[in-house]
Order: sequence, then C-alpha cells, then structure tokens
Amino acid sequence: MAGLFTGGLYALLGLGLSLTWGLLRVINLANFALAFLGAYLTYQLATAAAVDPILTLIVIVPGFFLIGLALEEGFLRFKLDELTSLIVTFGLTVILESLIQWIWTADFRRLESPYARTSLKLGPLFVGLGGLLAFLAAALLTLATWAWLRWSYLGKAARAAAQDGPMAGAFGVNRRRLALMLAGLSSAYAAVAGLFIALNHTLAPSQIYSWIGVVFAAVIIGRLGNALGLLAASVFIAGSEALTMAVTAPGWAPLVSFTLLIVILLLRPEL
Amino acid sequence: MNSGPRLSPTWGLVVAALALAAVPALKLPAFYESFLYLVFFWISLATSWNILSGYAGYFSFGHAAFFGAGVYTTATFTTAFNVPFLLSLPAAGLVAALLGSVIAAVVFRVRGVRGELFGLLTLAVTFVLSTIALNTRLDGGPGVFLAAVPVPTVFGTPATTLYHLALAAAFVSVFAALAIYRSRWGMGLFAIRDDEDVAEVLGVPTFRYKLVAFALSCFIAGLIGGIHAMFVTYVTVAETFAVGLAVDAIMMAALGGTRVWYGPALGAVIITTLTQSLTGGESAVLNRALIGAILIAVIVFLPNGVAGGLQRRFRRAAPASAGARTSVGATAGPTASTIARVTVATPAPAAAAPLLGCVEIKKAFRGLQALAGVTLDVRAGEILGLIGPNGSGKSTLINVVSGYYRVDGGQILLDGQDIARVHAHRIAGLGLARTYQIPRSFHRLSVLDNVALAAMFGGGHGRATGRSLGRAWLAFTGLEAKADALPGELNLLERKFLDLARALASEPRLVLLDEVLSGLTPAQMTDALGLVRRIRERGTTVVFVEHIMRAVLDLADRVVVLSGGRVIAEGAPRLVMRDPDVVRAYLGKAYA
Repeated sequence: MAGLFTGGLYALLGLGLSLTWGLLRVINLANFALAFLGAYLTYQLATAAAVDPILTLIVIVPGFFLIGLALEEGFLRFKLDELTSLIVTFGLTVILESLIQWIWTADFRRLESPYARTSLKLGPLFVGLGGLLAFLAAALLTLATWAWLRWSYLGKAARAAAQDGPMAGAFGVNRRRLALMLAGLSSAYAAVAGLFIALNHTLAPSQIYSWIGVVFAAVIIGRLGNALGLLAASVFIAGSEALTMAVTAPGWAPLVSFTLLIVILLLRPEL
Repeated sequence: MNSGPRLSPTWGLVVAALALAAVPALKLPAFYESFLYLVFFWISLATSWNILSGYAGYFSFGHAAFFGAGVYTTATFTTAFNVPFLLSLPAAGLVAALLGSVIAAVVFRVRGVRGELFGLLTLAVTFVLSTIALNTRLDGGPGVFLAAVPVPTVFGTPATTLYHLALAAAFVSVFAALAIYRSRWGMGLFAIRDDEDVAEVLGVPTFRYKLVAFALSCFIAGLIGGIHAMFVTYVTVAETFAVGLAVDAIMMAALGGTRVWYGPALGAVIITTLTQSLTGGESAVLNRALIGAILIAVIVFLPNGVAGGLQRRFRRAAPASAGARTSVGATAGPTASTIARVTVATPAPAAAAPLLGCVEIKKAFRGLQALAGVTLDVRAGEILGLIGPNGSGKSTLINVVSGYYRVDGGQILLDGQDIARVHAHRIAGLGLARTYQIPRSFHRLSVLDNVALAAMFGGGHGRATGRSLGRAWLAFTGLEAKADALPGELNLLERKFLDLARALASEPRLVLLDEVLSGLTPAQMTDALGLVRRIRERGTTVVFVEHIMRAVLDLADRVVVLSGGRVIAEGAPRLVMRDPDVVRAYLGKAYA
C-alpha cells in the first residue's frame, strides 16, 4: 500500500522526464530541481500567505508552464542532443539547487497541512490523505496524457515528430509549437509533483538528488514517452522497495531500483 | 617536420613534473601545497575519465564509483588489515580496474548501450556500490577514520608525501592520455566515438579497446581515491560516492576539451583555481551556481573546449606549410612504390579459384527472412555484380559477409576459412573491406586520418606509414587536395570516393561496394566506373551492388541476381538480363 503511494510520486516526477525524453529527445535532469522549486514555492505560499496548499497550483502551474517554454526555447536554439541536454540540465539543476539553498537555506523545512495529518479509513487500512491524493493525481495525469498521446490529433503529431522530425514537418506538423507545448506541459507536471513532495516529505535542497535514480529507472522500465508504462513501473518499483525494506534493512532499498535499471538496460537497450 | 626547436610534449611533461616535485622544498605556506594537491587530484580524475569517455565518447557518470572503490580499498586495507598505506595504493587501483573490467565486459557486449544509456548505467552503478558500502562492514554508516594510519615521510611531512603521490598520479594520468592520444589505440578510440560500427568493420578491435581504456581509466581513479582517502583521513559514503564528483570531472574535461590529451588537465587547473579563489564562507553557494553556469556555457558555446579551440586556431594558422608538405613529401616518393608493392604482393590467382564462398546463408530480422539460404561464389580477380529488386537482401548480404550482422545459419568461406562467426574487425584483417550506400565517414577526423585509420587497422601498419599510405590512396581516388578537410566539407561524390579510399587503404583482397554510383551525375558515374576498373587492375576482387544497369553491363564479369533472399540467377550479364525469372522479379509476371 505504501508502495502504491510512493509509486504515484515517482510517476508524477517521471512524467515530465519521460515526455521530453521520449518525444523531444531532451533528457531534462532539471525536472527534479524544478519539482523541488515547486515544492518550496508551495511551502512558501502555504505558510506565508496561509493558502490551502492545493490552491497554490493555480499560480504555480501556469508559471512552470512558462518556465518549460523558456527552457525548450533555449534547447531548440542551441540544438542540444540527448547527451548535451543531460549535461546542460545538470548545470541548471546545480544552479536551481544553489538558488533554493540561498533563499530557503540548507535546513530541513516541513509544510504543516491538514493533508499530512489526516488519515482515511479504507476498509481495514488507515491511509494518509496526502499519499492518496498523490496517487490519484498521478493516475489521473498519466492516464490523461496517455489517452491524449494515443488518440488526439496533436498526440499523434507529437509521436510522429519524435520518430522522424523533418518528415513530420514536411507533412505540416508545426514541430516548434508542439515541442514548446510538450516542454511546458512537462514543467507543469513537475510543479504538480512538487506540490505532493511538499505535502508528504521534508524539504532540503540536497534532497533533489535522492529521487533521480529511482525515477530514471521507472521512466526507462516504463518505456520512454509511455505514460501508462511509467505508472506501472513506478508502482512496481516502489512496491519492491517497500518489500525490500520490510524483509531486510531499509538501507538496502535503493539497490532494488538501480539493479532493476541496470538489468533492464542490459536486456532491452533499444529504447 | 617541425620548424625550429620545440620541446616535445613528453619532455615538457617530465620537466613540469620535476619542477612541481621540488615545490615543497621552497617552504611555501601550507595553503599552496594543499591547493596544488587539489589541482593534481582533479587533473587525475578528469584526465582518467577522459581516457574512455572523452576519446571513445562513452560518457560515464560513474567515475565516483571507481574512485570510491579505491577510497574504500585503502580505508579497509589500512584500518582492518593493517596493510601499509603505500602498499594499499596499487591494490586500490587494481580493485577499481577489476571492477571496471567486469562491468565493461558485460556492458560492452550489448550493442545498444551507448551514449546516454551508458551514462545512466554507470550512474546506477554508483548508487549500487554506495548502497553496498553503506550497508556492509566496508563502512556501515558512520564512516571510516584513517587518522591512526601511519604515512611514510620521505621529504618533510606526511602532507608532502601525499603531495608527491598526487603529483605522481596526475603525471601518470596525463602521460597515459598523451601516449594513447598518439597511438593506434587512441586513433581507434576516436573512430569509435564517431562511428563505432564502421570502426569495427575497418578492423578496429572495438570491444578490447574500450575495455582496456575503461580498465585504465578506473585504475587511475582508484589510485587517486586511495591517496585521497589518506588526505581527508575520514571517509564517508556520502562524500565518496557523490555523483557531483563525476560531474565535476566531466565538466573539467568538457571545459578543457575532450578530444585533446591535455584538455581535461587544463580544465582541472582552470576550475580548481576559480573555485579556490572564490571560496569563502557564504559565497560557497554562489560558487556552486557559478560552476553550473560555466558548465552550461561551455556545452553551448564551446563544444570543443578550450584546448579544442586552441588547436583549431593553430591548424588555421598553418595551412600553408601543410599544403607544401603534401605536394613535396608524400605522394611521389616512397608511398607510390608502397602501393606498387602491395599490388605485386596481392596474389594473382588462378582464374576460377573462389575467394569467397557463401553456403546456404540465412538471416532473419524478427519475422522477416532477409536471406533465405544464399549460396554463391566470388572468384578471385573478378568483378561480380550483385543485383536484385529492393528488399531482395543485397545489403543484408554485405552486412553479413563483413561481419556487422551475425548469420543465423550457413557458412561464409574466405579462402576456405569460415568467417561466419568471426568478429568484424578480424574479418577486416583477413582482407575484406566494404563501402556504405550512404557514405559513413568519421566526421571529426580529417579526410586523411579517415583513410590512414583504415591502413593502420585493416592493413596493419604503424601510424606514420598509415598516414603516407593514406595520402597515396587519396591520390588514387583524386582527393589529395582535400586531405586536411573534414568529411563534412566534401560533396557526395567526394564522400563516396573517401569511403572507397578508406576501403582500399586496408589493402583488401575483396572489396564490397554498396551502390557507389547511386545519386551521381552521368559524368561523375564515368569517373567512378573508371575507378572501379582500376581497383580490379590492381588485383583486388570486387563485388558491387548496383541498380544502374548500364554500369552493371559495363563493369561486371558476372552477375548474381537476388530476389526474396535467394539467388534466382547467375551468369554473364547480358544472358542473365534475359532470364525470364529475372524479368519477372523486376517487372512482374506479365513481362516475363
């Protein structure tokens, strides 16, 4: 059960990564730092202005959409490929981390909200409201994204452009606008992920890096650009982590996801 | 070659190392010694990273894993087993190298794990190792103290010993980088970075080269890790297996230039100096942001790094002298006769002896049977035309024979030896070369180096001979004026001829040409046809795949027709063209 909820958060974090990597050929490591920026902004708005944390999305999501647009604009202008985008976005991550540390210091921050405290009784189990909402949001967004990519005209155009950009362009797909839209969307997902990080976890700038390995594993195992696969992989990984923690010491948990990642890369490298 | 007296890089390195070794004798404030220690530390890490990742293009994000293996080897050996510190250092290097070799032996067998996937995989290795260290007796959580371990003192203090050790590690790494840069091995690694498949087919033993480069890279990382364990005296998992460490090394190498031997060292000096001069309590945060910004700026604006930029400037400054050398030195004298000798050396065998025999070759891609049992002979000295409709298996046949694909069944006999399961680079060594339908040059190597590489690996020559042979082959194909250009500056015909020159430079007995004529104008085609004839006159057997019938009729002694993965006809060109099966395969039943 705990695996299910953690898996939801992995999926939320991975959604933007999977979309930009699978469809735009950009590996956006900064996605994690953006999510944390979102988390800190939620924290700030909710504590300073005493707004309900979920309402902060109204401001943060459009803002992050614009950030995503700006980033993609830069990637397009300098024609970055997967490897260079990985390095550049790492640089960006470092900058964002410094920014966060500068504003909010390196101390741990904890958002006190009713969502973190409330538990619901589902049958025999008590379930944290924050975790439940994270999973529901993840399920909703991944399903919607999956359906959108699969059935809508724009989704089809996006997948065609990922396979053969110039050819899709020749058939009238406005690749530039499509890329900007996808990148904006991916950033917006990072903002949503940030909200749930703020609701369910303690914040510290160095925590940015703690999610990278697991989420990459989920994105790759779920296949790039495949939102539904991502959700399944996230839940699977989180579940096996929870199991490892229960069976052995909690410290061994990271071994599961990374070993899975290595094995999957070796067995099915054709992404 | 060089005008005027110039210090060779090797001696320059030795002199610099000796001068730096004398620095502690100056009794400068301790700050300088520890600053220089950090410079050496980063030079070792960045340069060792570059040996595989920069030269061959396999970007590893896992350098911290091998560094960490060295750190914990020294920490465990000295504290738990009372091994003397100096003896633990070679062990630190070896443990890291062994670990790297095992990983490489698995990873490099999987063709798809390249570029960003290799990066992610090595990143994952870092996390796996750190989890293991954290949860076992290696560390267990609280970290390991080495303060009680004695450090031998030769000059002055223990700190001076560590200074000298780090200097030695930096020297070894830069010297190794230089030696590899100038060797066949380095040339092979550069080719791997540009197009690994082509490199393998030209005779570069890609698997072995990558594996040894990775092992060496890990050895140096482990060595400096062992030294650093003693420098910090207190090691923790979080500080050791830090992804940031690998990324800092990558950034230094990228800033300096990954394709030049001194690039990473230069980058290490620049960044370490920058960070040291900016260090100071509260600015540490801004400092990290600055490093991030530098990283972005370098990738975006300086794709070849500082050293790469310098090198290009030098090259541009000296085009006149290079041109002079070409016209006077290379083409007329020794090389022309070398080619003549090669011609003689190639046996002119009895007309009918099969040089290449394919027996029932089968190859399927998932459900599609591309080759459904192809049997054909290529006789020594002939020009064999291989024709057939699109999708009939011609290119697959070439890919199978040259070793790029492994057959599902059947035999491929080159001079009676079965090569069906032999690695592509060995097949190249046995005297088989090919060209590509769409020319595939090494785009970061000069035209001359492209050809020299083939002479070195396919023909088994040294670097100098390879280059002079390369010039001769460029002359043979009419490209000598473009020797110093990059392949991207050539037009289609020239790139096709470059492919051809490269195939010929390995002195093959049999060359497979995949649609050399497609896309050429009629005049260019006449040139190309003449070239193919001259290749045969030199004693090389030619198999060519072609759709242009005029060329087939003109050139081929014999024609083999493939359709649906089978041979449907073979014989003299004009007879085969009238064969009803062939007409049906091309035009459909109605015309047969």
